[in-house]
Amino acid sequence: MNRMNLEEYKGVYIYAQQVDNELSSIAFELIGKGKELAKDLGTDVTAVLLGYQVKGLADQLAEYGADRVIVVDDKELEVYRTEPYAHALSCVINEYKPDIMLVGATAIGRDLGPTVSARVHTGLTADCTVLEIGDFPLNPMPGKEQKHNQLLMTRPAFGGNTIATIACPDNRPQMATVRPGVMQKLEPVKGAKAEIIDYNPGFVPNDRYVEILNIIKQTKTTENIMDAKILVSGGRGVGSAENFQMLQELADVLGGTVSCSRAVVENGWKPVDLQVGQTGKTVRPLLYFAIGISGAIQHVAGMEESDIVIAINKDEDAPIFDVADYGIVGDLNKIVPALTAQLKAELNK
Amino acid sequence: MKIVVCIKQVPDTKGGVKFNPDGTLDRAAMLAIMNPDDKAGLEAALRIKDETGAEVTVVTMGLPKAEDALREALAMGADKAVLVTDRCLGGADTWATSSTVAAALKMMEYDLIITGRQAIDGDTAQVGPQIAEHLGLPVISYAEGLTIEGDSVIVKRQYEDRYHEIKAKMPCLVTALSELNVPRYMTPGGIFDAYDEKEVTVWSRADLGENLRDEDMGLAGSPTKIAKASDKVRKGAGEKVVLDPTESVAYIMGKLKEKHVI
Repeated sequence: MNRMNLEEYKGVYIYAQQVDNELSSIAFELIGKGKELAKDLGTDVTAVLLGYQVKGLADQLAEYGADRVIVVDDKELEVYRTEPYAHALSCVINEYKPDIMLVGATAIGRDLGPTVSARVHTGLTADCTVLEIGDFPLNPMPGKEQKHNQLLMTRPAFGGNTIATIACPDNRPQMATVRPGVMQKLEPVKGAKAEIIDYNPGFVPNDRYVEILNIIKQTKTTENIMDAKILVSGGRGVGSAENFQMLQELADVLGGTVSCSRAVVENGWKPVDLQVGQTGKTVRPLLYFAIGISGAIQHVAGMEESDIVIAINKDEDAPIFDVADYGIVGDLNKIVPALTAQLKAELNK
Repeated sequence: MKIVVCIKQVPDTKGGVKFNPDGTLDRAAMLAIMNPDDKAGLEAALRIKDETGAEVTVVTMGLPKAEDALREALAMGADKAVLVTDRCLGGADTWATSSTVAAALKMMEYDLIITGRQAIDGDTAQVGPQIAEHLGLPVISYAEGLTIEGDSVIVKRQYEDRYHEIKAKMPCLVTALSELNVPRYMTPGGIFDAYDEKEVTVWSRADLGENLRDEDMGLAGSPTKIAKASDKVRKGAGEKVVLDPTESVAYIMGKLKEKHVI
């Protein structure tokens, strides 16, 4: 498999996802992580921006830390379609030879990433939550070369039951898709500039350029729980859709947002956009209230990176207490309204 | 019209998870089911069959016991089944898996290939698009609706905040979401047919011949390597208190102040 000259591949590249000519949060998160990796490797970060009339977005990528932006601007890239986007990104990889290529684990990235990795013949590790530079194998093994400065990609698997750390020692680029909401953006630096490179590999439509007949946007009535600093999250124990009003009032007084567990979505009490967990969203707020949430492993997988977890549950054996910093065994119907009242009094002083 | 559905037998992740000493999954030690997204893909194919009389073939790569998943698919109504199994194909990552399945597909006739979006053991969503890439086909991922119109498919392709209605000319590959439909149950007659009337064709590495290169298969042909796999290390438990409501509120207020939240 050593057909690639691995030494030729240099630099950390990130796919700067845009939709409707607006950069997705994951683009900035990937730059943030990319800068850390680049520092360990003594290199820099290149953002790859694909779209139509998107050049104006390059400055924003620079402000969030990109050292260089490669822009492929073409009418064929106006709306995401697998083929022209995979063609563009594969050509960028073949032309510029990145050591590392990071893509967001979004509904776009989880289509683009596998297609591109197959096209350029490299490995792809999906839905990573931790990325670091290290040795592979992790420890020296007799009779086997230990490679240094490898990208070690850690991801949950088997429904959140396990974690695995993966390397891609013999192929380049080392590719990963990264879960949105996990990596930290840098503070933007106003007026920062990046080197801009225009590149167009040329596009020749064929049967793989599918036709988009319609685009139907589903209006979002809810806030993005992944951006919230404080989440007041409720589970089956809240008891009803109406009872979520208690949680809303607590969230309002703290400037937070309400989220929920899967059971709540299944009961129709809250929409799926608010669901935290393996099949919902991964969140990492400063403060996470788990109220009436038992703490199934799938839920915990989506919230355990929270800085502070406060759990309120009447069942003292609920597994949520195993991951809570502060656990209160008690009746949420009494505690939550009283806490809201106390906070109102305290904050209005 | 010919449809091939790629399915995977997966460990039911609701049960425990077990590993071999080399860090790969010990599939033999776990309960096995047909992967849910794949089952939705199979149901979509069977609905097209109900309407148009299409021929539906299911294919899987796996251990010999993956035949059970194929028999289930036959009992649901699939016409033919192919099991690709060989010790030398084991330990494959998504590159090696998709190369192997694509090699098997090269030996079959198809207008439409359907895979599940992702499997519940790996959750990668990679094998479907990678098979399409190896075969040079258009791919439409994340299908929550699928209809046939002449020589094309019309797919409702899901994104976070929207969907696209996409038209692609066949042959093409579609990856199915569980939301696509509610799969039918096996019927008693179907189960009888699956075991007595229908056959599972078994292909080994040798049967795939030059469609599969040795350097693209199994553990050795996998670009990604497992450095470490383990049960998840959980955040440790903090304090747990049993207090009356008033004391509880005072306790939480104390912690929020201590941590400078308020």
